[in-house]
Amino acid sequence: MKLSFMAPVITFAGIAGVMFYALFYLDPKEIPSELLDKKSPVFALEAVPGYGENLSSENLKEGKITLLNVFASWCVACLAEHPTLMELSRQGKIDIYGLNYKDTPDAAAKWLRRNGSPYARTGMDLKGRVGIDFGVYGVPETFIMGPDGTILDKIIGPITEKDLKNRILPRIDGGEG
Amino acid sequence: MIGEIGHFGLILALVVAVLQGTLPMIGASKGNVALMRFASSAALVQFLAVSISFIALTIAYVGSDFSIVNVAQNSHSLKPMLYKISGVWGNHEGSLLLWAWILALFGFAVAAFGRNLPDGLKARVLSVQGMIGIGFLLFILFTSNPFERIDPAPFDGRGLNPLLQDPGLAFHPPFLYLGYVGLSITFSFAIAALIEGKVDPAWARWVRPWTLAAWGFLTLGIALGSWWAYYELGWGGWWFWDPVENASFMPWLVSTALLHSAIVVEKRDALKNWTILLAIIAFSLSLLGTFLVRSGVLNSVHAFASDPARGVFILGFLVLVIGGSLILYAVRAPTMKGGGLFAPISREGALILNNLLLSTAAATVLLGTLYPLFLDALSGAKVSVGPPYFNATFLPLIIPLIIALAFGPFLAWKRADLKGVFSRLKLAIVSVCVIVGVSWWVTDDGPILAFVGMGLFAWLVTAVFVELADRIKLFRTSLRQSLKRFLNLPRSAYGMSIAHLGVAMVILGVTASEAWQSERLDVMQPGETVVVGGYDFQFEGAERLEGPNYGILRGSFNVKRNGSLVADLRPEQRVYESPPMETTEAAIWPMLSADLYVVIGEEDGKGGYATRIYHKPFISWIWIGAIVMFIGGGFSLSDRRFRIGAASARKKQTQKTAEAAGA
Repeated sequence: MKLSFMAPVITFAGIAGVMFYALFYLDPKEIPSELLDKKSPVFALEAVPGYGENLSSENLKEGKITLLNVFASWCVACLAEHPTLMELSRQGKIDIYGLNYKDTPDAAAKWLRRNGSPYARTGMDLKGRVGIDFGVYGVPETFIMGPDGTILDKIIGPITEKDLKNRILPRIDGGEG
Repeated sequence: MIGEIGHFGLILALVVAVLQGTLPMIGASKGNVALMRFASSAALVQFLAVSISFIALTIAYVGSDFSIVNVAQNSHSLKPMLYKISGVWGNHEGSLLLWAWILALFGFAVAAFGRNLPDGLKARVLSVQGMIGIGFLLFILFTSNPFERIDPAPFDGRGLNPLLQDPGLAFHPPFLYLGYVGLSITFSFAIAALIEGKVDPAWARWVRPWTLAAWGFLTLGIALGSWWAYYELGWGGWWFWDPVENASFMPWLVSTALLHSAIVVEKRDALKNWTILLAIIAFSLSLLGTFLVRSGVLNSVHAFASDPARGVFILGFLVLVIGGSLILYAVRAPTMKGGGLFAPISREGALILNNLLLSTAAATVLLGTLYPLFLDALSGAKVSVGPPYFNATFLPLIIPLIIALAFGPFLAWKRADLKGVFSRLKLAIVSVCVIVGVSWWVTDDGPILAFVGMGLFAWLVTAVFVELADRIKLFRTSLRQSLKRFLNLPRSAYGMSIAHLGVAMVILGVTASEAWQSERLDVMQPGETVVVGGYDFQFEGAERLEGPNYGILRGSFNVKRNGSLVADLRPEQRVYESPPMETTEAAIWPMLSADLYVVIGEEDGKGGYATRIYHKPFISWIWIGAIVMFIGGGFSLSDRRFRIGAASARKKQTQKTAEAAGA
């Protein structure tokens, strides 16, 4: 049997294997970021035109806990967490910085105009370089940054009610107290 | 009562499908004609049984029989009749029933129209259809029964998602399913050929029309879906690389490839293994799409896990059908003998290039679609793989495809003269320069890709017409002669030219609307005017009204150009009560040169309304192009060689003229 004729079935076996795994061993455990408890990578990015000031790694170590939220105008799941972020920013307890991932300035500005901006600062990561440094898998992701710029925690995917209650709010209240 | 009849129909269909899936196959291997012929009767009975079931569910919907869970969950007594009917397939259970029904319909069609098929091939094809039917019917009966009862019956239903209460969407799934299921026929032919170990041009002549039909329906189904997204979602976007869209786009890409490779099998007796593999993959992707989307796996792995019975069944079925057929392919395909030899620069070579690019494109879409699923499954991470990925991987494959597309029809079979083709395409190069120059001059700005797109459009259109002119010897013989030649062209030749023109139109629409759209977001007071894309939009005010099962906020816009009235646009925002939800009804003024697109939003409390106004140049051409492609497919489908039996003298003659014409 020639290998070339086997290739399709082998490929499919791989796909089926992962789906099988997904089905039976689905335990939504999150892979911690390699960078957890390490300092933020160094970067400096320009803001989305008209939306907050520029964003750099210096802004992440100004002595308070901050959220670094990775978002993009093409990301559907970002819309799911957007109201949560807007509410959080309205309460004013924590500064939220937006890392605009692999987007265009135009599209990002339009998106923020349409949906509102929860961000105190924004930074355009047009090529996704900074995202790579942060170990971003995809959008959205949210990093909880310590007062000295260490990565305390990372939420993959849209921020849920549970994430907010168990992972974000305790940090804010703990940080203040 | 009606529910029980429907349920009974499904059980009957399952019993018949089991017989249809086994007996004819045994008959074909033993040479038992009676068992082989049983396949056709079984296909008819199966069709009748599933029809009973489908009609029963439709009656339950039309009569708002809320003692049936499915109706109670998805319908509502106040719903307009059209949506009561489309509600039948607007949900998981009903859509599967529609699938099974179309499957049975097509099986019946093969039985009825395939009179000149050899007994053995026909028996095996119908048998494979029967096996697919078994899988679907089992799945419906055991995990997704649409006829389940509820006691006590609720007073009223929960209603259909208002976004789905729309004529565009009401007819979108049936077309898609006609496409998906049409590919099941080519799949069955491929499996039958592998079992028989024989693929000949007669086989390809059977496979090609089914592929064409399936492809045409898919084209139309996808176009309807994107048109719906365009006017209903209120963003003015028409394609989002959403998993649901990709699920229909991948089979389309592969069936486009299949459609072309089947020509090579038919004309040159080559590329057999590849064509069979494509037929298997095309249907596998249809299945994958149907199940992944319907079970909600792609959007959320948790939905998959929440009903383990469904998930296990889906996976088992996919492994059995796709895995089984690919193993059969691995075992049997190496024994098939390829036919005609050819040089790299030839019609065959061009079609292979077409196939490589299209299937690579399908693979990249598959990768992008499944990646979030895999990541979600393995790490619990939810991510979007967005347009950046798809644009970055898809465009580099499509651009060379379009460039090559222009060459293909000029190349001769076996060995072609590339230099000669270039010299005939001089005119196309000139027109590319002209169009790119003109669009530069008119717009005076735009991304590079926009000019590439305009260039591709010009290139393809000119090439299609040059090829046509070549074929009818325009200006090289008398006009009368040329006209005569034109009228005598085989329909498949018209089909090809028309479909390729359709592709060019889509390119024009996509390029121009993406690159040169103008957009304004404002809070407008009644009486205020804004200018977008050279048109004056005057906001006259908004009023609140009552619709049949929703409340309406309707804005009124007066659109003028150079002082003369162009259109009166009335965008709406609708508020539904069951289920509670808001939808945006954009007001669109479609023109050939551009669409004017107006959306109205919330009042700001000071008498102003949030408005979004777009000017989208040439966007209608996306859907016009899709329809033109569909028409091209129809022409090709009506070609004489598909209508006339395999061994008639006239067919040979047709083929000769076709070959002489280079079809």
